[in-house]
Amino acid sequence: MNGPHDLGGQMGFGPVAPEKDEPYFHAAWEKRALGVTLTAGAMGAWTIDESRHARESLHPADYYSSSYYQIWIKALETLLKRHGFVSDRDLAAGSAIDPAATPKRVLKAENVPAVLANGGPCDRPVSTPARFRAGDRVRTKNFHPTGHTRLPRYARGKRGIVEAIRDGFVFPDSNAHGQGENPQWVYTVVFDGVEIWGEGADPTLTVSIDAWESYLEPA
Amino acid sequence: MPHDHDHDNELDPFAARVRALETILTEKGLIDPAAIDVIVDTYETKIGPRNGARVVAKAWSDAAYAEWLKRDATAAIESLGYTGRQGEHMQAVFNSEETHNLVVCTLCSCYPWSVLGLPPVWYKAPPYRSRAVIDPRGVLEEFGLTLPRTTKIRVWDSTAELRYLVVPMRPDGTEGWSEERLADLVSRDAMIGTALAREPA
Repeated sequence: MNGPHDLGGQMGFGPVAPEKDEPYFHAAWEKRALGVTLTAGAMGAWTIDESRHARESLHPADYYSSSYYQIWIKALETLLKRHGFVSDRDLAAGSAIDPAATPKRVLKAENVPAVLANGGPCDRPVSTPARFRAGDRVRTKNFHPTGHTRLPRYARGKRGIVEAIRDGFVFPDSNAHGQGENPQWVYTVVFDGVEIWGEGADPTLTVSIDAWESYLEPA
Repeated sequence: MPHDHDHDNELDPFAARVRALETILTEKGLIDPAAIDVIVDTYETKIGPRNGARVVAKAWSDAAYAEWLKRDATAAIESLGYTGRQGEHMQAVFNSEETHNLVVCTLCSCYPWSVLGLPPVWYKAPPYRSRAVIDPRGVLEEFGLTLPRTTKIRVWDSTAELRYLVVPMRPDGTEGWSEERLADLVSRDAMIGTALAREPA
């Protein structure tokens, strides 16, 4: 979707303003927000793609006025409600009122180190041979899907070169919507800055994205 | 296990919102609050940019390791014990005299947690995410880094599940240094690409 999250090339947000010796957390609640997000995700009811889509589906005014942990928590409430774990009545009361769906699993403290160390690899075998090879000229699709996609707007309809074939990976555009993993080959595709930004672009700039095969056409 | 709530500002509505969510999920038996404590402790004290700095220092010191890191970063990094969440599929990119690498996630906040820990706020915020791909030199200036006009800039937008680690150039005057000492020169920002390795004092 052409949501508020798709920020590449947007203007008006001001300077980056890095913070010297930045702490990992700026408030105690941010620690709990991280932990609640990870432990709730560990129930196994939704995928990382669905959670990303929940975040980018916040209203743009809400997205831009929220810190990242606030975005996480707002999206988490959506996911928990969607999957039957939390109700509006629970949230209004601040405690459990309604019964919850049954999770696949509950992450216990003693299992956290192993779960974090294992992560969630999302490479998958792909049954078809890779369509492109390193060095191939490609053009990214020009599309504007209303659902989740990982092809940023600035890189749509642009000519680039396949720099590397990576691996087969879960296809987020379907997986985010519960429509299956449908793994595809992923390629690193590199674009000249001028191809993307046109007049006035930095001539020394190249930008790459990692693109699923169906985002690409031969050029 | 006691919770780390004592510093919450009770007047902050968002702190209350997060606490309510944690309470609801805990009461329903869906989460274990002690698991949250372990997660927070892991990312506060165990997994951080020192991991990545050790990877870089080893690559500087050991040509065979650097070659392995270039070819199969996931395995080369795993050999040092750094694995897991948001580091499952790693790619190392090497700065050179000709090319400077910069990593961003324009679409969300993808970041190599296993080697750098949790991302800083600026990495997840709109100014960096919007401008890194269109005006990287301007962004680098805001970090106090001015590159020669002739240096090529390669921006890696982390749009899939690959996570990028920048290997900065080894500073001159560090011949014979131990890996531990070299690692002190490698900041988090140098491994994102918003800084160079520190010069030896």
